[in-house]
Amino acid sequence: MTVGAGTFSGTPVRRVEDPDLLRGAGTFVDNLKIDGMLSLSFVRSPIAHATIRSVDVTAAREMPGVVGVYSAADLELPDAPALMALHPAAIRPSLAKGTVNFVGDPVVAVVAETRAAAMDAAELVEIDYEPLGVVVDMEEALDRGSPAQFESLGGNVVIGLRTGSEDPLAGADVVVRGRFENQRVAVVPMEGSAIVVDPTGTDFDLTVHLSCQMPHVARAGLAKLLGMDQERVRVIAPHVGGAFGAKHLSAEGVVASKLALELGRPVKWVETRSENLVAMAHGRGQVQYVELGLRRDGTFVGMRCRMVGDAGGYGGFGGILVLGQTKLMAQGVYHIPAIAFDVAIVTTNTTPMGAYRGAGRPEAAAFVERIVDMAADELGIDPVELRRKNFIRPDEFPLTTVMGADYDSGDYGAALDEVLRLADYDALRREQDERRRRGDRMQLGIGVSTYVEVTGGGAEFSEVEVHDDGTITVKAGTSAHGQGHATAFSQIAADQFGVPIEQIRYVQSDTALVARGRGTGGSRSVQLGGTAVLQTSKLVVERAKELVAELLETAPEDVVVTGDGRLGVAGVPSKALSWGEVARVAAERGAPLLVQHDTERAGSTYPFGAHVAVVEVDMETGRVVPLRHVAVDDCGVIVNPMLVDGQVHGGLASGISQALWEQFLYDDDGNPITSTLAEYAMPSAAELPSFVTAHTETPSPLNDLGAKGIGESATVGSTPAVQNAVVDALSHLGVRHIDMPCTPERVWRAITAAQAGTLPDPWREPRPEMAGFPREGAAGEELERGAESVNL
Amino acid sequence: MVLVTVEVNGSSYQHEVEPRMLLVQYLRETLGLTGTNIGCDTSSCGACTVLLNGESVKSCTLLAVQADGAAIVTIEGLSGPDGALHPVQEAFHQHHALQCGYCTPGMVMAAVSLLAEEGELDERGVREGLEGNLCRCTGYHNIVRAVLACAGDRAPVGEVGAAGAAAS
Repeated sequence: MTVGAGTFSGTPVRRVEDPDLLRGAGTFVDNLKIDGMLSLSFVRSPIAHATIRSVDVTAAREMPGVVGVYSAADLELPDAPALMALHPAAIRPSLAKGTVNFVGDPVVAVVAETRAAAMDAAELVEIDYEPLGVVVDMEEALDRGSPAQFESLGGNVVIGLRTGSEDPLAGADVVVRGRFENQRVAVVPMEGSAIVVDPTGTDFDLTVHLSCQMPHVARAGLAKLLGMDQERVRVIAPHVGGAFGAKHLSAEGVVASKLALELGRPVKWVETRSENLVAMAHGRGQVQYVELGLRRDGTFVGMRCRMVGDAGGYGGFGGILVLGQTKLMAQGVYHIPAIAFDVAIVTTNTTPMGAYRGAGRPEAAAFVERIVDMAADELGIDPVELRRKNFIRPDEFPLTTVMGADYDSGDYGAALDEVLRLADYDALRREQDERRRRGDRMQLGIGVSTYVEVTGGGAEFSEVEVHDDGTITVKAGTSAHGQGHATAFSQIAADQFGVPIEQIRYVQSDTALVARGRGTGGSRSVQLGGTAVLQTSKLVVERAKELVAELLETAPEDVVVTGDGRLGVAGVPSKALSWGEVARVAAERGAPLLVQHDTERAGSTYPFGAHVAVVEVDMETGRVVPLRHVAVDDCGVIVNPMLVDGQVHGGLASGISQALWEQFLYDDDGNPITSTLAEYAMPSAAELPSFVTAHTETPSPLNDLGAKGIGESATVGSTPAVQNAVVDALSHLGVRHIDMPCTPERVWRAITAAQAGTLPDPWREPRPEMAGFPREGAAGEELERGAESVNL
Repeated sequence: MVLVTVEVNGSSYQHEVEPRMLLVQYLRETLGLTGTNIGCDTSSCGACTVLLNGESVKSCTLLAVQADGAAIVTIEGLSGPDGALHPVQEAFHQHHALQCGYCTPGMVMAAVSLLAEEGELDERGVREGLEGNLCRCTGYHNIVRAVLACAGDRAPVGEVGAAGAAAS
């Protein structure tokens, strides 16, 4: 279960990736220059829903430097790629055909010798639109009369399904009810989407430099869409400026590829930030109706969930997450004996939905942890005690939940104990009491969350080779874009070979150099890619030991890795060969020290943790300031604690920001009103506090490292902790819920309503359409499996 | 077209540029100094921050022609003549203050400028001083630590090596 006898794993090795990035030598796609390369720009719809009556590209085509101007009618374009299809009817063309379905929908592609020429010409394209009815609100989209995007669906409901228990609240003494909005947010990697497609190379028909998370997945998708042999396509993910679930082959990437093939010249497309905020898939976007039944003593009896998931324009694949990971994780860290989970997934005239850091799991933890806090308020039980009372206990693992999740291992109480100790919870409560007694303008809010999420699953590839100069090349099919795999995976390998980390050369993210892989997403990389590197390294070491045994005339079991870069005979320090010498002999004998290996498919792992958020609420203005955030996250056995904490820090910022600030907004006509970074409320260093991070380490039994994912956990845990803290600051006034983001206006309105005795009921019945969906059948089960099989 | 004369990373350049060309485009496209990244189109993110006559500026807020006669340092010119990392770069490395690395050049240049401008810096000062630079990976935690570590070790920070590392 441990990594081995080496000295790197478990230590904060500084990143081997850093020097190039610090010197400005990054290889981000836009830095690439190829002779004869053309620039691509898009004309996008300024209208949320319309029929395209005509497209006039005459003036644009006449501009100097313009090579071609194309609408869907001018090119035989394949449909846009989708990681998962929501419904056979919900198809998105790569360029809009006949209608546009959201502001930002690409309609015309302009190719020119320079980016400036392409953008100038795009300004001259004239498109005549006939506006159609618009639906922006996902609950209004439930109405069969709402303006539909796909006639064959007869409305905007792509999937409507009732699942689980028929009567989950039976036997409850108390039922606590809440309607929660989990708002739409933008992903905002600092580098937007970018692609260079080169058809001029000799070794491949198409070489694609794509800012993405899963180059092999992108290659397979692109080859299929273009009808090419994927062995003739090379996809390289160079330095990637963040992805967070949203960077895959896009509709625009398919257009760029098609045009490069048509024109026989390299084509570059790099989206602007204003394009990125409407073109890159958005995340979250659910309305959650949740009812929790309890006995008077606080024991959970059952829960009824009725959920609406926004798929956005064309039915973006992110819409499925409510029926996938959100449903799977609806039980959280608790015993909830019966759960009903009804789902409506709808299209709206907004940016298509996709995955964003957590992809369905933050949405689950958000409603579970919110309803538990509401129940604690209702019953007058401390939220910490109510959680403890209903925890799944450490001796119950492995365990299959009523939602069908196979929890591998966990100790939820240990993480909670640790976070309360680090936060000094009792002292915080005392300070809160004092501030309330004094009637301070700045009130304290203390929010707790305990969460579990799901990561990884599947298999992964690795290749390890020892060269005759003693260096070792390590490859994995995962594809880092900031996570630090080159460092972490080198640590794992260096320990097995007993060599300094500098002797390892790590290779990833290029389909021509790495035979296969599933890329990075769903917090899968260390537990699967890292395990693949570990297993493959061990296979190489085994083979080397056999050879050394023969050369030094001893038994293979007596050969040891010496730790100074050699293989020797145990107890006989003088008898040893260097890795370079062994590799040379192996190569001479025609069996080089090279092993390719795929791990066996492993089940998903379930990281967990507990967070305490402390906020200050200005009772006169409603402004919320996050003062402290203490996070205890358990990702199993840790390879590099520095990298793990880095992942936690980023996850915390995203989670805190969703709770307090970020929201992608549209007006009633579907016009985005947060489509630049001047309007979208992404936080800077000035808004965020420093974080306190710690870890319990409960190994996963499902992989050789004992590791679980960590890339998204802190986002899952932090959002409800912060939201709970804001409500907690006002709970003495009778406030029971404030939707995210907890903006000053919303908080101020809650305070004002509480003082006037006009607080709104946090509950209302969902729309009647929800009751009319069919109960889960074979179709529904198939959809769920589809959602779980893709790592986002 | 307008003639522009600038000094970048210690070397002098003269180019005819379109009047509408942004400084960041001049650096990236004309000089080939692609270390300076573009992260937005509203001067909000700071990814393109460089030093102009010693002070940080978002190079997308300036036209190339406005930089006429100025001395500019980009991330490529920050390390010493021997290639050693500048103390701020080294602190970012030691404190794991970068992940994907896209905001990093701008963030480092903003930090160099902040450290040179402020006599004393506490955490609040660092956070507010870097308010114009966005990062999606780090939650800023380790960036703040890295800059505070430099603030506690003032001596080498004011120096900005001009290695003349222009690529063209």
